[in-house]
Amino acid sequence: MKEGMKKILELDSFSKVYGRGCLRCFEETGPEQTNICPCCRSVVAAHDVSFSLYQGEILGIMGESGSGKSTVVKCLYSDGQPTAGVATFYDNGQHHSLFDLNKAQQRQLRNQRFGMVYQNPNLGLNFDISAGGNIAERLLMSGDNNYGRIRQRARDLLRRTEVLPERMDEKPKNFSGGMQQRVQIAKALATDPPLLFLDEVTTGLDLSVQAAILDLILEIQHELQTAMIVVTHDLGVIRLLADRTLVMKYGRVIEAGLTDQILEDPQHAYTQRLVASAL
Amino acid sequence: MTVAPILRVENFSKSFVLHEQGKVIPSSSGVNLKVYPGRLTALIGPTGAGKSTVLNGIYRTYLATGGRILYQSGAGEEIDLAQADDHQILALRKTEIGFVTQFLHFLPRQKTEDVVAQPLYQQGVDRHEARERARQTLSALNLPKRLWSISPATFSGGEKQRVNLARGLTAKPRLLLLDEPTASLDPATTQRVVEQIDKLKKENVAMLAIFHQMHLVEQLADEVVELIPPPAENGNGETS
Amino acid sequence: MTETNGYQFGFLDEYAKKEVRRSVLKAIALPGYQVPYSSREMPMGRGFGTGGLQLTLALIGAGEVLKVIDQGSDDSVNAVNLRTFVEMTCPDISTTTKTQEATLIQSRHRIPEKALTERQVLVLQVPYPDALTVVEASEDRRKAMHGEADYSRLLVKLYEDIVTFDEITISHRYPTRINGHYIIDPSPIPRFDVPKMHQSPALILLGAGREKKIYAVPPYTEAIPLAFEDVPFRVEDFSDAQGRRRPCQRCGCRLSYLDEFINSTTGDKVYQCSDVDWCNDQLEMAREQAA
Repeated sequence: MKEGMKKILELDSFSKVYGRGCLRCFEETGPEQTNICPCCRSVVAAHDVSFSLYQGEILGIMGESGSGKSTVVKCLYSDGQPTAGVATFYDNGQHHSLFDLNKAQQRQLRNQRFGMVYQNPNLGLNFDISAGGNIAERLLMSGDNNYGRIRQRARDLLRRTEVLPERMDEKPKNFSGGMQQRVQIAKALATDPPLLFLDEVTTGLDLSVQAAILDLILEIQHELQTAMIVVTHDLGVIRLLADRTLVMKYGRVIEAGLTDQILEDPQHAYTQRLVASAL
Repeated sequence: MTVAPILRVENFSKSFVLHEQGKVIPSSSGVNLKVYPGRLTALIGPTGAGKSTVLNGIYRTYLATGGRILYQSGAGEEIDLAQADDHQILALRKTEIGFVTQFLHFLPRQKTEDVVAQPLYQQGVDRHEARERARQTLSALNLPKRLWSISPATFSGGEKQRVNLARGLTAKPRLLLLDEPTASLDPATTQRVVEQIDKLKKENVAMLAIFHQMHLVEQLADEVVELIPPPAENGNGETS
Repeated sequence: MTETNGYQFGFLDEYAKKEVRRSVLKAIALPGYQVPYSSREMPMGRGFGTGGLQLTLALIGAGEVLKVIDQGSDDSVNAVNLRTFVEMTCPDISTTTKTQEATLIQSRHRIPEKALTERQVLVLQVPYPDALTVVEASEDRRKAMHGEADYSRLLVKLYEDIVTFDEITISHRYPTRINGHYIIDPSPIPRFDVPKMHQSPALILLGAGREKKIYAVPPYTEAIPLAFEDVPFRVEDFSDAQGRRRPCQRCGCRLSYLDEFINSTTGDKVYQCSDVDWCNDQLEMAREQAA
């Protein structure tokens, strides 16, 4: 295949159980049952999730709350420890086994090679420091130590994400929700990461603001060829952003395929219901 | 006919399983066809014969229920599009297989000429050249020049259709699927489309098309495949 | 073991002193690392220099010469009290106010102006040992940050300072990187004194009694204040409106750290050496030259 087919990420047989777990956890839970093991009351947040992601590709993970979609992303971003599974991140000829890294290695990848945009800007931004300072933090973490250069980069990023550079020294708590998401995106992009995680980034925003943020994400993906994992319960977001989509329910992937196929020819009863109700 | 086909559809069938209603809706069955480089195969048949289903099956918007869809790739591989890995399909869509539907999908806020040139950008064609080729096609399809630098978001149905066609034609894929490409066009513009399709044939593009006007089939088709509606499935309620 | 005035020599029992010394050795081996120790109760309130005092008492022995200063002065109440306490519990030592005579100097707020030597040990009293407390509330997370030398959030603080005030406004407790890894809070010394730690011939020990930590800048060790490539660290410059370096109004020195007073009769601002011993020396020298 052509160079556009460079693999960025491979996730194999990922599981995450909250609780002590028992031998029957996996057989007693699932899409037709629930995600709480009736024997030991552990929560099987995700089980047997596998996928691969290529450079410049947007993968959608769709499901309702409790489906396990955010759990997958959290563990990939080292915000959580998986119970089982292997994740391999391919980067500039090196590969990193994400679940075997020590804290310092995790931090280094998070800071320099991954970007995360959370639904709640509170998680992604420090509201006590300026918008520019938030971006500076990421640049400083990756070792840039030049004040002038950091200012310039922050200004450029904010301009790119359509935040007025005049406001870069203001604290993001004074910004609107849409603007906060833009600052989060600018921060996530600060180190030109090859992989971006987007967790329900437009949920809770006005429709017109949602549309503008989604446009921005698509434009960035086209410009920078950033691979993205988009977690959402919103079919519209999936339709607009994702090349491929996983549909999750009670911790399992019940359907995976090209996004247009998932939407036009869904195979699973649950997906059919979701698609039908969205029309 | 000594040229080898670029696409062979063998015994393709597609049924939709509707779990909620407990129904199986057959849409296509027993479809066989071939598409050749530089030639156009037209699908004909009454409404409900599953013409669009076949195109969607080839493009993998629909998952085939049965049969094989054998495509000869530019790299010389034979790929069964019904079975191939999603990433392989995405790569082929980017570089080799185009689909002009009646719906236009585009990046919001993108200029029309960029919408049209987008597939070329993805193929790695130089931006300047890509835009130039896009303009040529837009001009050939009679889209007023004042529209080229604004987003198609507010265009009429016919204008959008022309943008969509322009994108499919400019990309010059190895295999182009056309689903009623002239449905909302006036006769003059339709004639322009005919000219463009003829031009693509000369450039060795293989095409599989559905036209709603028979005279276009007569004018453009090198092969004609007639589909008949599949027999209704008996035994409602068998969903799995 | 000498017992005097009913006290154990050095007030602390030998086991307590040994523990402090062990912690000191570890602190020297890991420059800048905050070594926890079991800070003992002292007959004075925590926050009055008990951390520094325990270091002094654990290290001092017969024949040592001790100097105690607070804010540069040997005569402030706190300095006098600490000195009296050590004199009372360590009968075979002597005390001095002269920097060059001292083998052990316990200080709050200042590093003496006169350059220290290899045969001297400087003990600094520290209220807040961890430079990261201003950016991270959880001690667990601070430990991880120190371990990984993750100090970007301190730099963010400097960034915000420059954005807001056009300069780095931290006046004391300036975060300083020791030997290329750990960043320390160098106690409430002014920025002016931070460069004195760099490659200092004297061993510098820092003790926090309330927070139960000991850390060290060993002799001839790198101590680099945190700054940006293009916004370097600066010390206080004591310039007047015309940009001239203010002199000490008492001794005329233009090199020392100055305290600012308001003359209570005229209402004018008056500047004077903060290091009293230094100021006296300068006056002495001037008198000798005049003679």
